Amino acid sequence: MAGNLLPTERLFRLENFGHSIEKPVYLYRPTHLEQVAELFEQAGKNGTRIGLRGAGRSYGDAALAGGGVVLDFQRMNRILEWNPDTGVITVEPGVTIEDLWRHILEDGWWSPVMPGTMFPTIGGCLGANIHGKNNWKKGTLGEHVLSFTALLPNGETKVCTPTRNKKLFYSMISGMGLLGVFTSITLQMKKIYSGNLEVKAWAEPDLKKMLEATNQNRDEDYIVGWVDTTARGWGLGRGQMHSARYLEEGEDPYPMLSLNPATQDLPDTIMGLVPKSMVWRILKLGMNNLGAWGGNTAKYLLNRTLGNHKTYLQSLVAFTFLLDYVPNWERAYGRGGLIQYQSFVPRNTAYDVYHEILQLSQNRSLPSYLGVMKRHREDQFLFSHAVDGYSLALDFKVPPRKRETLIRLTQDLNQIVLSGGGRFYFAKDSTLTPEVVRAYLGEKTLQAFRTLKAEVDPQEILQTDLYRRCFRK
Amino acid sequence: MTAESKVLGDHPLKPMPVAVVVGASSGIGAALAEKFANEGYKVALLARRVEKLEEICSQINQPGEEPRAFLYQHDVTDVESIPALFQELLQDLHTIDVFVYNSGLMYTVGMSEYSFEKDRSTVEVNLLGGMAWLGQAAILFERMGSGHLVGVSSVAGDRGRVANPPYHAAKAGMSAYLESLRNRLSRQGVHVLTVKPGYVTTELLGDAKTPFPPSSPESVADAIYKAVRRRKQVLYTPWWWRLILLIVQHIPSFIFRRMSF
Repeated sequence: MAGNLLPTERLFRLENFGHSIEKPVYLYRPTHLEQVAELFEQAGKNGTRIGLRGAGRSYGDAALAGGGVVLDFQRMNRILEWNPDTGVITVEPGVTIEDLWRHILEDGWWSPVMPGTMFPTIGGCLGANIHGKNNWKKGTLGEHVLSFTALLPNGETKVCTPTRNKKLFYSMISGMGLLGVFTSITLQMKKIYSGNLEVKAWAEPDLKKMLEATNQNRDEDYIVGWVDTTARGWGLGRGQMHSARYLEEGEDPYPMLSLNPATQDLPDTIMGLVPKSMVWRILKLGMNNLGAWGGNTAKYLLNRTLGNHKTYLQSLVAFTFLLDYVPNWERAYGRGGLIQYQSFVPRNTAYDVYHEILQLSQNRSLPSYLGVMKRHREDQFLFSHAVDGYSLALDFKVPPRKRETLIRLTQDLNQIVLSGGGRFYFAKDSTLTPEVVRAYLGEKTLQAFRTLKAEVDPQEILQTDLYRRCFRK
Repeated sequence: MTAESKVLGDHPLKPMPVAVVVGASSGIGAALAEKFANEGYKVALLARRVEKLEEICSQINQPGEEPRAFLYQHDVTDVESIPALFQELLQDLHTIDVFVYNSGLMYTVGMSEYSFEKDRSTVEVNLLGGMAWLGQAAILFERMGSGHLVGVSSVAGDRGRVANPPYHAAKAGMSAYLESLRNRLSRQGVHVLTVKPGYVTTELLGDAKTPFPPSSPESVADAIYKAVRRRKQVLYTPWWWRLILLIVQHIPSFIFRRMSF
């Protein structure tokens, strides 16, 4: 790439969301499409590699491109069109989930699919094809996209809908930013009649009951289970279930009030006392095996007694964006950061697989510190992660001195998940190898991806660390 | 490569560390490249003589395994090309953990020879090329808040003897440059190592007679690797050169002027 130097002022150290990986990158934050097109053109000539990044909320290496250019889309964050009568919204890729709900909620709309945090960008969410606590019912975010415009590395601009440029539509959504850039995205929102949800909370004593509860409450609008990952023996996999339903028209006497973002905002302090910004520092003190056991056990016992079988109203924001209660919570995991290990396993094998996963991680003295269970359904996107079954997301601390042990544990977990016919999720992943990817995606899917990649990005301009790791030939 | 890293390969949570060696075709550089490769590093080798680099790479890269040694043809006097080549290295290797500048040449200079051509060429290879490369690496390491910068200077940089004015000057310059970098960068978390070998059996030395027994490039490479791991600041190798130089540094000028040494 002689003659065409990237300016050294753009060289930065960039991390993943889990703070467990760091890479030097040349960071660009375009505001206009022309800048992106120009970079693509230059890269075509110079052999520069480009990785796409939204808000950098991927747990693993999906939004890193070590040594290359990273295009961060957070400044392309304009809401291009909003129709409060039809609930159709058109946005630039850098608009975040927070921008979205703050814009539409007052008009009585909500996204049919919401992730557990409001900080990712919509471009990033579509790249990963994220899901929410209603995946079995509403599918992934991609299923609510009416159309999008894409800029491809070969310079072409394409409009894609579920029927027009169908292949590209179903591949770019879930394609982890490896095929092109979403330049504008049109989504269908969902009408709601209150800013509150009716939430039920109850405890379940073991894994079997947790899975049953997750399965049996499918007529609710949302279901999510918290799993006590440190409980052993009979209580293995015990936890607390939350289900929620939207309020019907007329159920909320003051919908204008509850739909106002001002009433939705999360509190600034915890229990009216501790400033939120300090909480991660306090959590950090307990982020070891003993602390995690204590925390999980105490939570379960409280859920089992005082908090059992409660029904209450909760704001949409508070219920949906649970992770955002503690800003920078991921920093509590300390110097080595964390990884999330989320696996998606079909109904009939879920119990065995999750039983083994929980037990194995405990036996290796690397228990997960937080576990979350959800219900899913299949979808037809290229790198689909979901199955007709369950997912269990486990957060693991990365102990600086026990990295090998953790890597070996996740390698063994991968085999357990594969043997149960399970799948993985690139947005969370930092453990997959090309062999595991081939095993769960299948050779046909990989071939389809390679063919499409060769067509839209013949020079392989778009490359992230995840791409190099998982799609190595 | 340790058995451990062989099992795990290049994992995002434990990425294979990356070392770049400029001046890797022979002597200390070649030994160092092999040393780093043996310790589980990915290595990039730079030098003019591609055939020599190919030989070293083919020893490191085993068939059936993913290649871990990569070569780049480069002449350190072509300083204009360095920023672009550095970006190419970074893009190919994805990150750099250890950067070694080892290129060096030493002419035989007659006792009453004052050749500006030799002076210039010695400074270009031993010092200027080093500044051009280490400066690039310094920017990267400063931004990353980590990294090891290694410059191969020489005990010859500690005093100017009668024998080879340009060599002493270039190495003294290198030592001072590295010290400055250290004082700038250690507060940013970057480790800077000045290597001061004594006589080493390399092409540089040829079959010249030495007053002290020369050491092998391999033993120097081992010492450098250890010094990198231990974040040593200045490495005299073998260690007794530190004592010799302590004495030499304290020889008063009225005696030093009269010595043929």
